[in-house]
Amino acid sequence: MSIDWKAYSSPGFFDELISASGKPRPCSRSPTAYLASLSDEELQRRQEAIKHAIKTMGISFTVYSEAGNIDREWPFDLIPRIIPLSEWQTTSQGLEQRLRALNCFIHDVYNEGKILRNDPFLKSLIVDSGNYRPQCVGMKPKFQVWANVCGTDLVRDKDGRFYVLEDNLRVPSGVSYMLENRTVTKRVFPELFEHSEILPNSDYPSQLYDMLSSLSPRGRAKPEVVVLTPGIYNSAYFEHSFLAQQMGAELVQGSDLIVEDDRVYMKTIDGLAPVDVIYRRIDDLFLDPKAFNPDSMLGVAGLMGAWLKGNVALANAPGAGVADDKVIYTYVPKLIRYYLGEEPILPNVESYLCIDPVQLDHVLKNLDKLVVKPANESGGYGMLMGPKASKKEREEFAARIKANPRNYMAQPLVYLSTAPILTPDGVEPRHIDLRPFILQGRNTYVTAGGLTRVALVKGSYVVNSSQGGGSKDTWIVDERGTTTGSGGGI
Amino acid sequence: MLSSVAERVYWLGRYLERVENAARLINVYSTMLLDLPSGSHIGWSLLIDITGANEDYQRAHQSVDEKQVVKFLLAEGKNPASVINCVSMMRENARTTREIIPSEAWELINNLYLTLKEDFSRTISRRLRQQALETAIGDCQRIFGVLTGCMNHDTAFAFIQLGRKIERADMTSRIVDVGSISMLPAYSRTTKQKRFLEPHENIVWMNVLRCVSGYQAYRQRTQSQVKGEDVVKFLLQDQAFPRALGYCLDDIVQHLGKLPKNADVLRAVARAKKVTLAVNVGDLLERGLLEFIDELQISIADIHEEINNTWFRPVELRKKA
Repeated sequence: MSIDWKAYSSPGFFDELISASGKPRPCSRSPTAYLASLSDEELQRRQEAIKHAIKTMGISFTVYSEAGNIDREWPFDLIPRIIPLSEWQTTSQGLEQRLRALNCFIHDVYNEGKILRNDPFLKSLIVDSGNYRPQCVGMKPKFQVWANVCGTDLVRDKDGRFYVLEDNLRVPSGVSYMLENRTVTKRVFPELFEHSEILPNSDYPSQLYDMLSSLSPRGRAKPEVVVLTPGIYNSAYFEHSFLAQQMGAELVQGSDLIVEDDRVYMKTIDGLAPVDVIYRRIDDLFLDPKAFNPDSMLGVAGLMGAWLKGNVALANAPGAGVADDKVIYTYVPKLIRYYLGEEPILPNVESYLCIDPVQLDHVLKNLDKLVVKPANESGGYGMLMGPKASKKEREEFAARIKANPRNYMAQPLVYLSTAPILTPDGVEPRHIDLRPFILQGRNTYVTAGGLTRVALVKGSYVVNSSQGGGSKDTWIVDERGTTTGSGGGI
Repeated sequence: MLSSVAERVYWLGRYLERVENAARLINVYSTMLLDLPSGSHIGWSLLIDITGANEDYQRAHQSVDEKQVVKFLLAEGKNPASVINCVSMMRENARTTREIIPSEAWELINNLYLTLKEDFSRTISRRLRQQALETAIGDCQRIFGVLTGCMNHDTAFAFIQLGRKIERADMTSRIVDVGSISMLPAYSRTTKQKRFLEPHENIVWMNVLRCVSGYQAYRQRTQSQVKGEDVVKFLLQDQAFPRALGYCLDDIVQHLGKLPKNADVLRAVARAKKVTLAVNVGDLLERGLLEFIDELQISIADIHEEINNTWFRPVELRKKA
């Protein structure tokens, strides 16, 4: 039995490929038709081929809890997720706009503090934030950009619009899977590419390299750029080595680096070689045992000092995470207006801060419709899924919120859009999200699409790979260039 | 190039060579035993001697038979020198240097590991074992082919080559050692033993050559029958056969030319070369090889030590000029 799109539906949700009437959306017509033309056997073969390719290529992620088995193959569904180019153009402008505003904000916070002057609440929020680094006050990184790499999580609600769920400004990961998903699809399904104009995404590593070298503090023609990894036992090690390989940069661990006279060197077979730019994939607090966690074995003693002196660039800059916070998130539309004088292109998911009495009142009255989350990390006492909770659970949670309103925020439940996945019982809808990656150095850049994560369990909203999530190749398709006949291939 | 990365690709080279050699050795050995009389003192335990894993074996096993020995050498997790462990270490070194080595090579290494793990998880017949080992040998050669054909021939490649050639020199020295230990009775005055082994002496030396894939090469180079003295001479001192010690050491010198600060290592190689080439093989066989092989292996280990001290863990860190 091959795929029958007529039997597929996702009632109550926006489906990315198939519209409510059971018809493929315009951009999905040719790939869905091609998939439907394959026999069950053929589909099975491709599924096997994908598994094999992923195994051979060694695309893996790590599950911490499984002792002894540090690598797991990457779960991947063969049906691509498709987004029309015209929609993506607006979305990517919105993503760039957001990152530019967030960087203005972070720079302001650590320097003049203009925005904090008339907002004591925001000021106290910042200073109390677990991601605020007083060591960074007065620092002026190149281009005044602190978050050079950002992974923004987008979700699509019932109304078919993209909403921003959160901005990951510390060490966002997942981009290597985005690239490998495309490689795997090309390897196993070259025919799919024949009739669609699909934007390539393979230029990310060279864009990343260009951005990183633009940060170099010295005018060397070929700056020494390194990727700093916590090592092989980190869940994103695959990605660190993948990006280093793709950029032709050295992949280093803390033990490969040494700081002397506020300059960073790496230990090479020729002796100590100066390092200009560090793409660090280690959290702030582990970067430098002298400045932060003295027990850190991952970092490099004296690294913060070298950075503060301007002798080495760190991407992302320490302290950038201050804007990576659920309460700051609610401010982003305001930040865009304040710093850029522009109207936000991408909407936030509507959010209510319980510290505000008016908003608190709304939250308490609508607990059965809202998802309540801890507003900052230090005050986290679990979350409440209002629509799924019992009356008793809601009442208990209401008491907690009233006792400490500052620690909570609430959002309406987002009805995550779906896309079809191939299961042993045919195609079925599953919930998905999207993480595009945005770069900012001298220039800004947004990936063509991003990493689509899939909640493989029926009805689940949890897309994390460590909790049964998988992924899909994500296509940005130029609807004008897409043909239904022959030609037009890439 | 990072010292830590240099060390990993060096070990990648060593394990690549070790896997190929071990696979070849087990295959040749199994075949040879079929040709020898059952009472011969050449048995399965000798194979464990060659790999230097005697203690590990005795700790885990009471008796010596084909099934146990082969499992120990191929698939035993507790034997650090087992083929599967060597492949696993090769994969680990490749995995942590994926930013350096061609992705094609990584895929081959990864695949070899996955295949062998699967193959060795079952008890396999002699025939299937032979096939699996032949595949492993072929894959090792493919991997090296990809490295040679797709990688820059710069420092990283030089370290892979160094690792490979040092491993190879070490293996050849072990094989000479064992080949001649098995022959000692033939050279002793115990005539009874001599008579017993004579018809098989040839077979053993032929197989010693086969272990290093050198039978044909030997024929072409020496144009003589297979004789112990000539074989040992060939394996130690030949300047054209790639697995002969003399050749390996010359090759190491070539690769060292691509690396900075190489003086100490070059001196260590020169010492090893002197040990290898200065010896009179005829005399050596008369008085036994034991001392000589010890000296030889120490001189090879010294090269490794110097490489370690010069590039991987230098005592003093100097800033690059």
